Amino acid sequence: MTLTVTNATVRYGTTVAVDAANLTLEGAEIVAVLGPSGSGKTSLLRAIAGLEPLTSGTVTWGGEDLTRVAPHQRNFGLMFQDHALFSHHDVLDNVAFGLRMRGVERGERQRRAQDMLELVGLVGFDHRRVDHLSGGERQRVALARALAPSPRLLMLDEPLASVDRERRDQLARELHRILRANGTPTLLVTHDLDEAFGFADTIVILDRGRIVQTGPTRAVWRRPHTLAIARFLGVSSDIACPRASGLVTTPWGSVTTDAPGTGTTIVGFRPTDLRVNAGGAVTGRVVATWFRRDHFVVDVETAVGRLTAHSSNPEPVGSAVALAADLEAAVLVEPAPTGA
Amino acid sequence: MRAFGPRVARGLLVAVPLGFLAIFFLWPVGAILGRGLRTGGSLDLRSLAEVWRDPSLRHVLWFTVVQAVLSTIATLAVALPATAVLSRFQFRGRGLVIALLTMPFVLPTVVVGTAFRSLGLSGSLTAIITAHVFFNVAIAVRVVGEAWRALDPAEEDAAQSLGAGPILTFTAVTLPALRPAIVAASSIVFLFCFTSFGVILILGGPRFATIETEIYRQTAQLLDLHTAAALSIVQLVAVVAALLVAGAMTSRVRTSTRLPVRRPPPTSRRSQLLLALGLLPATVLVTVPLGDLVIRSLANGAAGYSHLTSTPIGAPGSPLQAIATSIKVACVATVIAVALGLALAHALTRPGRRVGIARVAELLVLLPLGVSAVTVGFGFLIVFDTPPLDLRTSWWIIPIAHALVALPFVVRTTVPVLRAIDPRQRETAAMLGAGPAQVWRTVDLPIVAHAAKVAAGFAAAISLGEFGATLFIVRPETTTVPVAIYRFLSRPGVTNVDQAMALATILMVLTGVVAVVAERGSRIEARS
Repeated sequence: MTLTVTNATVRYGTTVAVDAANLTLEGAEIVAVLGPSGSGKTSLLRAIAGLEPLTSGTVTWGGEDLTRVAPHQRNFGLMFQDHALFSHHDVLDNVAFGLRMRGVERGERQRRAQDMLELVGLVGFDHRRVDHLSGGERQRVALARALAPSPRLLMLDEPLASVDRERRDQLARELHRILRANGTPTLLVTHDLDEAFGFADTIVILDRGRIVQTGPTRAVWRRPHTLAIARFLGVSSDIACPRASGLVTTPWGSVTTDAPGTGTTIVGFRPTDLRVNAGGAVTGRVVATWFRRDHFVVDVETAVGRLTAHSSNPEPVGSAVALAADLEAAVLVEPAPTGA
Repeated sequence: MRAFGPRVARGLLVAVPLGFLAIFFLWPVGAILGRGLRTGGSLDLRSLAEVWRDPSLRHVLWFTVVQAVLSTIATLAVALPATAVLSRFQFRGRGLVIALLTMPFVLPTVVVGTAFRSLGLSGSLTAIITAHVFFNVAIAVRVVGEAWRALDPAEEDAAQSLGAGPILTFTAVTLPALRPAIVAASSIVFLFCFTSFGVILILGGPRFATIETEIYRQTAQLLDLHTAAALSIVQLVAVVAALLVAGAMTSRVRTSTRLPVRRPPPTSRRSQLLLALGLLPATVLVTVPLGDLVIRSLANGAAGYSHLTSTPIGAPGSPLQAIATSIKVACVATVIAVALGLALAHALTRPGRRVGIARVAELLVLLPLGVSAVTVGFGFLIVFDTPPLDLRTSWWIIPIAHALVALPFVVRTTVPVLRAIDPRQRETAAMLGAGPAQVWRTVDLPIVAHAAKVAAGFAAAISLGEFGATLFIVRPETTTVPVAIYRFLSRPGVTNVDQAMALATILMVLTGVVAVVAERGSRIEARS
């Protein structure tokens, strides 16, 4: 079964929140829509859910046009950022809610709800009040509730945003395990890189209402279409490098590229992938330095531009340093093939 | 509903209550405007000019304003010290004092009028003002008190750390922050005093007349509908002006969603003295008349009560019949007001694309709040006397009038609760497969149920005490308790006064029971 969003546009008055977005989701895939806040990702999600009317475009599921179908008839699950648990129901009634709406009889829906609580690791929480739960527990109740009616598509809006920082990693892993175990096709929207790249098979990058890149997680991470996308994905240093016959020559050596022809390719590095190292091929002068818990981050003015790198030592401003690069991690800005 | 389809059902939810308002509110008020402003089919403002030219009517206008201004000032003078100490100190029995001070608000005007008569206070300006203070202390305590509790004590602390003494802190920080609340409370109090009817009619005697009582006199005694209509228009304009001021100010009152800060108990001698002095005038004013009413009703071996039973229950206008009628009317009016009020609240809070319609509806719903009950009653009288809607002889006209008066209160009580529901709760329910009706039943209803209960209590209390509109449309066989009390009071003789006292006590107890039952659920909030 395939979710297909075609030319979806959402407009509020004169503002265009989502501009002619195209998106497909196949099989048990996890797709993350990633974009800064205000990029229209929540509007896109709500439009797919049916909560926001499309100004134009269509949403179909397996060929069935859902554009005019009411949200409660779509059989899509949605988990809101702040979970929106029903505070007048206990945990079990929250999880069983969707089954109750579908007229599943009591015994059956309690059994199913308990299975779901087991899946999310909340056995024995049945009759707890939801407002007495921790952030992580609430998140899991919300997930169990969304999954209980076996939706054909699960949608998550910034699933970890309202969870404490310390608990985030563990919950992210947990969420990943549950989503894989459950096998429901999942659409996730987030502004958080860890959330998107930690879960998804496919990344969709949204910028000011437009989808600017779609692709497999690794490809998007390594080969952003524009420098702006690269920067959004954490690239802090960029160098224009010559390209010829499938090879881009950087100061540290060559990397292969799919971009055709001869010309210039922008090569980017995340701070972790450039290091202050005595034998480094690029030299320069430190212009700023910060302490970051277990390492230092330095800005270095070089012949190829200003670069940001990791350092084990607090290099004083003005000192001369050499930089080495992890070429494996180099990011190549490769424009989308024309016509795609 | 399925047969109609959801769109039709939703349309009906809006159309039925709006239709009700159009027929039972806009039409009568419009008819009054027509009577007052037109003669022989053309616009004629002469009647308004006549009101101005007639010295006795001009005196009525003047007195209406003067008594309302004086009552408002007196109310603030009594209520603000009490509000100050209630807001600043935490002490045992604080909730009880607040309940005591706010209770008069639901009491029928006729009961209060009777209570002040029983104290021997009547036929004077003092009596009228005191009775108005008695009623309206509740409004000032509630409105200003809430704003005061919402103040962040850190602001006062900051002022003190910047070198301001207690007095300067109060005048430079506290008072400016409270000003919108005080102005809002004042304009509501002014409005209630301006349109006060029962109190003036019972305590004012023939010497003191306001626009409200004059409309009644012109209609019921002089049969001069033209002048009555002109007076109603003057009333309407004044009320709308006061409402606008109140509305503008209320929107500026700071509301806080954070938990109220725990205030210190009054430990020092000085603060205990302040507490006592602050609460004394308000509590004495509220308890003495009611206590006296109960005691007087029991005088002479409770003669009033035994007289009440002497007229057989079936006889039209008998006191027992009036009690039965009042209870029946209150039940029906409550059902109508709550059903229509919830439908309207639902329509007003549902995010829709037709914002314009919602705005108009909201305004329309709140209008009866400002338009006096006498205007409603008078409007009913002149409109529903011809077919197809000849309701004069129908019993239904009374609960309908009461429901109309209660409707704005129901809407105002339930709308904020529905607005406070996170729309994502409804959306989540929809995503989980709940259709519109199921969403309402599973998300809205459990949350609004409590507010609806309070609103129902409010509606029932309003209906039990409604006097102004009822007096116009009542018939001997449909006499309600407040009207019966008024009739007893207007007849000479000790027996009649005794019966009025007894009936007023019964009505007070009835209203009290309704208020207590309705407030049961909201105890938790009051405790904080």
